[in-house]
Amino acid sequence: MTSRKISRRRFAAGTAVASTALVAAPFVRGAYAAGKLSIGFWDHWVPGANKGSEELIREWAAREKVDVTIDYITSQGNKLLLTIAAEAQARSGHDILSFSTWLPAAYAEQLVPMNDVVEPLIKQSGAVNATVEYLGKVKGQWLAVPATIGSQMKGPCSRIDLLKQHAGIDIQEMYPIGAAPKADNWNLQTFLKAAEGCHKAGVPFGIGLGTTSDSVDTCGAIFHSFGAQLVNDKGEITVRSDGVRQALEYWKQLVRFLPPDSPSWDDASNNKAFVSGKSAMIMNPPSAWAVAKRDAPQIADQTWHHGFPSGPKGRFGPFLPFFWGVWRFSRNQAAAKSLATFLSQPAAVEKLVKASGGYDIPSFSNLTTLKVWADEAPPKGTLYHYPNPHNHQTLSIAAAPAPHKIAQQIYTQGVQTQMVVRYAVRNEPIDRVLGWASTEIEGFMRN
Amino acid sequence: MANIAAGTVRDVAGDNRSGLTKFMQRKSTIAFLMALPLLVLIFSLVAYPAGYAVYLAMLNKGMTRFVGFANFTFLFSRETFWMVVWQSCLFAITAVMFKAIIGFIVAHFVHNIPSKGQRKWRGMLLVPWVIPPAMSTLSWLWLFDPSYSAFNWLLQPLGIGPIPWIGETGWARFSVILVNVWIGAPFFMIMYLAALKSVPEQLYEAAAIDGATWWQRIWFVTLPMMRNIIAITALFSTIVTFANFDIVRVLTKGDPLNTTHVFATWAFRIGIEGNDIPLGATVSLFMVPILAVAAVFILRDITKRGSEV
Repeated sequence: MTSRKISRRRFAAGTAVASTALVAAPFVRGAYAAGKLSIGFWDHWVPGANKGSEELIREWAAREKVDVTIDYITSQGNKLLLTIAAEAQARSGHDILSFSTWLPAAYAEQLVPMNDVVEPLIKQSGAVNATVEYLGKVKGQWLAVPATIGSQMKGPCSRIDLLKQHAGIDIQEMYPIGAAPKADNWNLQTFLKAAEGCHKAGVPFGIGLGTTSDSVDTCGAIFHSFGAQLVNDKGEITVRSDGVRQALEYWKQLVRFLPPDSPSWDDASNNKAFVSGKSAMIMNPPSAWAVAKRDAPQIADQTWHHGFPSGPKGRFGPFLPFFWGVWRFSRNQAAAKSLATFLSQPAAVEKLVKASGGYDIPSFSNLTTLKVWADEAPPKGTLYHYPNPHNHQTLSIAAAPAPHKIAQQIYTQGVQTQMVVRYAVRNEPIDRVLGWASTEIEGFMRN
Repeated sequence: MANIAAGTVRDVAGDNRSGLTKFMQRKSTIAFLMALPLLVLIFSLVAYPAGYAVYLAMLNKGMTRFVGFANFTFLFSRETFWMVVWQSCLFAITAVMFKAIIGFIVAHFVHNIPSKGQRKWRGMLLVPWVIPPAMSTLSWLWLFDPSYSAFNWLLQPLGIGPIPWIGETGWARFSVILVNVWIGAPFFMIMYLAALKSVPEQLYEAAAIDGATWWQRIWFVTLPMMRNIIAITALFSTIVTFANFDIVRVLTKGDPLNTTHVFATWAFRIGIEGNDIPLGATVSLFMVPILAVAAVFILRDITKRGSEV
């Protein structure tokens, strides 16, 4: 019987080498190393889009010898949100999961840092916009990988014929296929006049003022156009600023031309208004157009997606990215990172965008000029300007740049739309509205 | 000596066995064992989550430290919280009152239908109660739809409307209460019908001989005989209505301007959507004292009447 003595120094050195190798090593394929991976992805609205991602995942799994299980979790009825909350509480669940807008920051302490995945992807495919960075990177650490699946713009989706007829705007000329926008005159005043014309004609702009995402996003973009922040990046309440007052005054004028029931609109109301031909413009990704292609082709033929009007402080379009995050309790973090990297490669991204009919937008700047958006029809090129290929507008999210935990509350409780309804619909005095918003936000600041 | 010792051991073992057998044969033991699965279920699905909610309500927003009752005192300072308290009370009390009145009236109508056709009516009237509320509320949502309301379409030729069913505070509150009454009234109806059937016919005959009017028969015979059922049904319905989530969530999501939120929907908005789980848990716990007070009063009254009998 022999025994080998290991010195303390040798043991420490050996452990350090082994730990470094484990942490730094890329995911290595092998019969035993690959293991299992449980995936929870967002269940796409667009029929057939899940098939595109499933094919890619199977291709990756076969190559890396990983046993994968995929769950497509709907966001209907907040199922994805509830799944994430439950998994975070139980510290058990999917290895890699789709996180919408605010959730990476909300679960920052429980997510594996992704700098080693995102930074090479940025080098490879170009920078991400400021909104993606604001939502996905906290204190210098990427909390999740910007995902192509589900990431969307909520810019104007307009009727070509109705804008021409009732507002005198040739939107295709303003936003031509294959070329930069000629939209210098497309500002909030032009927008207001167009809203008035379409309202008089009985086809008002379908902008909601409820507390669901579509309403909040549009309201937030217009607030940004006036430089109206409710809370600044330092966490100070800035509700009583000139920008906020100007934004509310603008809304007061705009509300006169919106449907009278807009305070009760949800995310389906604008789609229904557009597809039924009752609205000349809504703020939406191409889902309404996709439904119109199926149910009302004559409306789809006349649909054009384009940029937001500009305001005194710039042109802002709402961008809502999804992310892929990996829990700290995930048992196969290396495989999860490998999958996120694979799905972010240009070829995979192109396949995902095609499968979604152009709905999904990658966050990396070099990937926003894919041919699919120029080719989608009818009418050909309707989606060309949808992914902001000429960086014509600043991609933004309502409630930014407030610290995440405050911003998430401002966003989910629809504080901006509530301010608009109080001031512009209920005619409450502006100081009372600003006071109400300040008090609400003070409440969001508790630690 | 050894044999004696062995015999003693056997006796002790025999005594133990018979003791265990006796213990197992006791009615209370059998009752406990039979109730055990239910107790486990109640503990795991009610007691544990309730205890966990209390624990969560005493954590800070980041769930990293214990803050005692700070979340409760914080809520007391919020305008929206008091609005939700007011709405929850308005919603529950109004809905329960209308459900009780409608249930009582309909139960009388059904009671007076000849027994041959009564079963059909009972079945039909129960339909709103047996459909899953989320589904039926979705149908109501389409009837109230801001732009395509079927009600407004019907009212338009009469020169009425369009009514903002879920777009204006007053109408939105009316709509959520209406749907709750529509779903819940059949439960009251069936409970009251059962109570009506158990009122002895002789009491009505005696009242008729004494020359009691229709109203006097209701007031002095029917209502006293139904008091316990009315109280229990009202208590049960108050608890369920206070804790309602699906109707408000599907119909208005608490809009406009948070004026239709009840405790459960506001707790969801804050806790899950706003990612402030401790505050959400705190909001949801506010239902407990309100319902406990209601339960104590109603049950005390029932016990008092029970002992009088």
